[in-house]
Amino acid sequence: MKHVSSTQLKKGDIVRVEAGELIPTDGEIIEGLASIDESAITGESAPVIKEAGGDFSSVTGGTRVASDFIVMKVMTDPGESFLDRMISLVEGAKRQKTPNEIALATLLAVLTLIFLIVIITMVPMAGYLGIPLDLATLIALLVCLIPTTIGGLLSAIGIAGMDRVTQFNVLAMSGKAVEAAGDIDTLILDKTGTITYGNRMAAEFIPVKGVTAKEITFASLQASVKDETPEGRSVVELAEKLGESWAAAQYEDAEIVEFTAETRMSGMNLANGTSIRKGAVDAIKKYITAKGGRVPGDLEEIANRIAKAGGTPLAVALNDRIFGVIYLKDTVKPGLKERFDELRAMGIKTIMCTGDNPLTAATIALEAGVDDFIAEAKPEDKIAAIKKEQREGKLVAMTGDGTNDAPALAQADVGLAMNSGTMAAKEAANMIDLDSDPTKLLSVVAIGKQLLITRGALTTFSIANDIAKYFAIIPAMFIMAMPQLQAMNIMHLASPQSAILSALIFNAVIIPLLIPIAMKGVKYRAATADKLLARNVLLYGLGGVIVPFVGIKLIDMLLHGFHIV
Amino acid sequence: MKMTLTAIRVSVTLMLLCGLMYPLITTGLAQALFPKQANGSLIQSGDVVIGSELLAQSVTSPKLFHPRASAAKYDPTASAGSNRAVASDDYVKEIKEQIAELKKDNPTLKDIPSDLVTASGSGFDPDLSPEAAKAQILRISKTTGIAERQIEQLVDSLTQSRQLGIFGEPRVNVLALNMALLKQAKL
Amino acid sequence: MGMGFVQVTITLVIILALVKPVGSYLVKVFDYERTGLDRIFGPFERAVYRIMGVRDKEAMGWKQYLGAMLLSNFVMLILMYLVLRLQKYLPLNPDGIDNMPSAQAFNTAVSFITNTNWQSYSGENALSYLSQMLAVTFPMFTSAATGFAVAVAFIRGLIGHQDNLGNFYVDITRAIIRVFLPLSLIVALFLVFQGVPQTMQGAVEASTLEGAKQTITRGLVASLESIKHIGTNGGGWFGTNAAHPFENPTPLTNLVHIVCMMLLPTSLVYAFGLMIKNKKQGWAVFAAMGFIFLVMLATVFVAEYHGVTALTSAGVNGNMEGKEVRFGISESALFTAATTAATTGSVNNMLESLTPMGGFVALAEMMLNNVFGGKGVGLLNGLLYLILSIFICGLMVGRTPEFLGKKIEGKEVKLASIALLIHPVIILAPTALALFRPESIASISNSGMHGLSEVLYAFTSGAANNGSAFAGLNADTNFYNVGIGLVMLVGRYISIIAMLAIAGSLAAKRVVPVTTGTLRTNTPLFTGIFIMIIVVIGALTFFPALALGPIAEHLAMPH
Repeated sequence: MKHVSSTQLKKGDIVRVEAGELIPTDGEIIEGLASIDESAITGESAPVIKEAGGDFSSVTGGTRVASDFIVMKVMTDPGESFLDRMISLVEGAKRQKTPNEIALATLLAVLTLIFLIVIITMVPMAGYLGIPLDLATLIALLVCLIPTTIGGLLSAIGIAGMDRVTQFNVLAMSGKAVEAAGDIDTLILDKTGTITYGNRMAAEFIPVKGVTAKEITFASLQASVKDETPEGRSVVELAEKLGESWAAAQYEDAEIVEFTAETRMSGMNLANGTSIRKGAVDAIKKYITAKGGRVPGDLEEIANRIAKAGGTPLAVALNDRIFGVIYLKDTVKPGLKERFDELRAMGIKTIMCTGDNPLTAATIALEAGVDDFIAEAKPEDKIAAIKKEQREGKLVAMTGDGTNDAPALAQADVGLAMNSGTMAAKEAANMIDLDSDPTKLLSVVAIGKQLLITRGALTTFSIANDIAKYFAIIPAMFIMAMPQLQAMNIMHLASPQSAILSALIFNAVIIPLLIPIAMKGVKYRAATADKLLARNVLLYGLGGVIVPFVGIKLIDMLLHGFHIV
Repeated sequence: MKMTLTAIRVSVTLMLLCGLMYPLITTGLAQALFPKQANGSLIQSGDVVIGSELLAQSVTSPKLFHPRASAAKYDPTASAGSNRAVASDDYVKEIKEQIAELKKDNPTLKDIPSDLVTASGSGFDPDLSPEAAKAQILRISKTTGIAERQIEQLVDSLTQSRQLGIFGEPRVNVLALNMALLKQAKL
Repeated sequence: MGMGFVQVTITLVIILALVKPVGSYLVKVFDYERTGLDRIFGPFERAVYRIMGVRDKEAMGWKQYLGAMLLSNFVMLILMYLVLRLQKYLPLNPDGIDNMPSAQAFNTAVSFITNTNWQSYSGENALSYLSQMLAVTFPMFTSAATGFAVAVAFIRGLIGHQDNLGNFYVDITRAIIRVFLPLSLIVALFLVFQGVPQTMQGAVEASTLEGAKQTITRGLVASLESIKHIGTNGGGWFGTNAAHPFENPTPLTNLVHIVCMMLLPTSLVYAFGLMIKNKKQGWAVFAAMGFIFLVMLATVFVAEYHGVTALTSAGVNGNMEGKEVRFGISESALFTAATTAATTGSVNNMLESLTPMGGFVALAEMMLNNVFGGKGVGLLNGLLYLILSIFICGLMVGRTPEFLGKKIEGKEVKLASIALLIHPVIILAPTALALFRPESIASISNSGMHGLSEVLYAFTSGAANNGSAFAGLNADTNFYNVGIGLVMLVGRYISIIAMLAIAGSLAAKRVVPVTTGTLRTNTPLFTGIFIMIIVVIGALTFFPALALGPIAEHLAMPH
């Protein structure tokens, strides 16, 4: 083993990182278990536990090993790590134009060309009629007409869109991914962690025969007072709601037994020798049997009943006696039903993926208001579901965290990987959620749509503006030679000079006014396409026609009022 | 090469089909069904062709009805409209002069028949509006001595109403009118 | 004016009533599945395929389809050019007409192969009967059929699942044999019945009432006249076109002409709806085109009835300059609106002598070039604007724009942009060039704003493949012959190439299913936006030129 510079590390190298050291680059832990401080990427100060094997083995360059050590295998070549890509994204160096952006840029370029030709050809036409046109006026007209407003803002809108995604703590690998999110037809969501609180919550304390409800409640409370997991906290909450309380002082010198994968239970040993445990039913059974205790006859039946309803039973034991079972239940996150309704209004279908049996899955699907569900889903079922939707021509988005999700993430048109997930999953996805909160996909969809709408709206506005500019400038250009064109001066602008100047000033003023809209994006509310179109056309199309008429007239009145022209 | 050959064969085949067979078949059928119209609706006096009932011919005599002005000088080998720009001062001036000319013959004329002071599109407009024909009655009556009422009756009898009662405008064929006039006056 | 309104209304109702049956028939014509029509036309078509060496089952991708179209059109162009250049030595020349000079022959051959029918010659003194048949009547069939074919091919691409646009040769053969030939024959016979000549005999010498000589020219007029309107061609046998009593002898023939030229362009829009299995979409496009048409028609109608203010006060009602008594003002206005909408280009009155706003209508409809438009290409132009509208509206609902489930992306917009750009370029640039050269200014007959309109009209007519003219312009100079010739070529083929490329690209795309998030393109709202986009893009492009020409002329009209 030797010290090397992080820049020399190549894919496949094995590195050992000690507590307090920075992890040199992206990789997978192949040995050891450590708490890692990922605040550099996520902003979350609490360290996360990562260990070899399983879904929590990936580490990111730039994060710090807070305790213990890890041996990791380097998974990226220099310059391609997550952090590198993030930096380049931020720098915009690798920002590729999205298909819609290219299409729009083409259209704007053509409009510019058309205007250029219109103005150049105007010279001989006017010349034939004996009207000299001066260059300054022609340039003023060109500047007013060409869609500079939107042209200049196009990139800004794209970058602002990505920035908005980033503000949600989601890292998009490309602007294309964000735009694609706006086109999504189908969302495939994991039930666990997305639709329901991944950590199940205590719903009921069920005593075995011979134990009172109060006893099991208190025993559950005791077993969980020092358990900081969400499940543990939900047990405490429920017990307190049921009227139990506990004195913190009593447990001060208690020895805490952490949950491990081997024991599959947790709890504490009090100073007075009492041992309290809660855990998987068979683990507790084994534990009690080893202690010489007796397994109550109705335990199995209660546990089965809970499992069948889609819940998780946790047995609670005090010393060598099993008191009963904590019923941990999946709970649909509040507000989700509304969000799914919104998605439906946008025309997006939601599919829930779950390992539950069909019965449970159906219950939760109904409760959450998703359109469809896949029960007892295996990873390959997810891919099959995505492919099926895609065969119908739909664009599919999904979230995932495990290595086994990687193929599905790659298959999906938009894959949102959880930062807590594996390297493979993150590689396969085109977006990474630093907070590991899968519901954010919904926000990303909205941002994607908002991005396109902003482009469309500003383009429409910009083109619609030209109508008024024509009515300001064309009569002004020719009115000296053709007095009859005064009839076209429908804004009744004071003089040719002030007409041209007003149009120019309006043009100069409107760009800065549009920048905030470009940056923030136009207001987006989930609605059907028809409603969105009606609203946006009215606002930016009709508005685009009217605003410059009013604006130019006002400027003209000001210019004239102050005798500037 | 095969593509080019196909293109040539297609072009030649269609040329013969549409450019030769079709017009020839049509001609055969037309000549069999409507020989008079197919040959140009000619008006003959014995062996002499006087003209076509569909084409106006030059008339200068004040004793006859004058057709509308012709930018083609009534020569069918060079059909033409006047192609004047009607919104120009020159044009307005000329038309006003013509109106004045017209009013010399008809001092009481109020509504000027617009076809009488304008050139036709083809140069051979065979028709006049009944009003335009009637505007000439005074002159013809003066020069020929035929009673105004008689000429007016002639115009009325030769006036064609709208086709099917709907399409086109009421009109009177100038050549037919002049021939009838000549017959009547035995000029 | 009241009776005029009735005439116009009845004509439009007749056209509307024919749209559905004819549209349905067109769908059958281009449907390769077996239909009842096969029994009538099948044997004849199979014989023609055998002579032409066409394998009718052979499918073509967009490139092959385009190749076949360009190649065959080129061969036809050469054949036509040769006929014009050699007519003196060829048969069927009873009036002894000389060979056509090269620049004019180029212009004429291009004009007819592109369905433009711009004429810098007068048929009665520049073409032999054989030339009228082989260099005029013949391409009237094939250019119309070509336009039809590419429109249908485009629609196939729109709804297809692979790059298979059909077979070009089969499409034009079917169009000619199942639509154009039978219809033309029937209409031609009706025209003869009404007075249109159809004879192989040369001109006849007449001795007029006053004893003067009048040479009455005639020929195989009816057979040309019928396909001229059915195929939205527009080129007349005689110089003054359908104003000439031999081309358009009665109000009834005038009605037949108008119905014929509007028949297929309007029906094709309905057929489009049928073919994409979205009748509502067809009607939406129809409504947009129909709306613009009605506004234009109303403008020219009112303008011509109003006439010149200064003359109205002198007692002259309406503008009859360049118009024929048998048609009057209303049917001249309707004919004008129809011929420039359907880009036929035939005229029953002299457009140059329209009032400024009447001339404006003719110019504007050709500048938009998609108010029903010529055979097939009009629909294509409409669909081009539809694609642009969908693109802009699609963005505004937050989805990558899609039409009939096919995504409109960079490639399609690029191609559509080319087609969009080319039209103003080939109108404005040559107009500017012409007004720069004293030699070409010398061709102008009316001075000032109207003179500007003359030149602008010539190139607009060429670019839109319309063929009508402000006939005062002497276009038989090398500059205009070659210039307008090139404009016609570019105007016709560049947009067809771009549109077929779009078809090829769309054909290969997978279809996205419709959801509530999908932009619906057949609603009244979208149709309204569609109209606005056509008008706004058209106005932004041509407003300055129109302002200097007809608009300024109108505003300066003598009072």
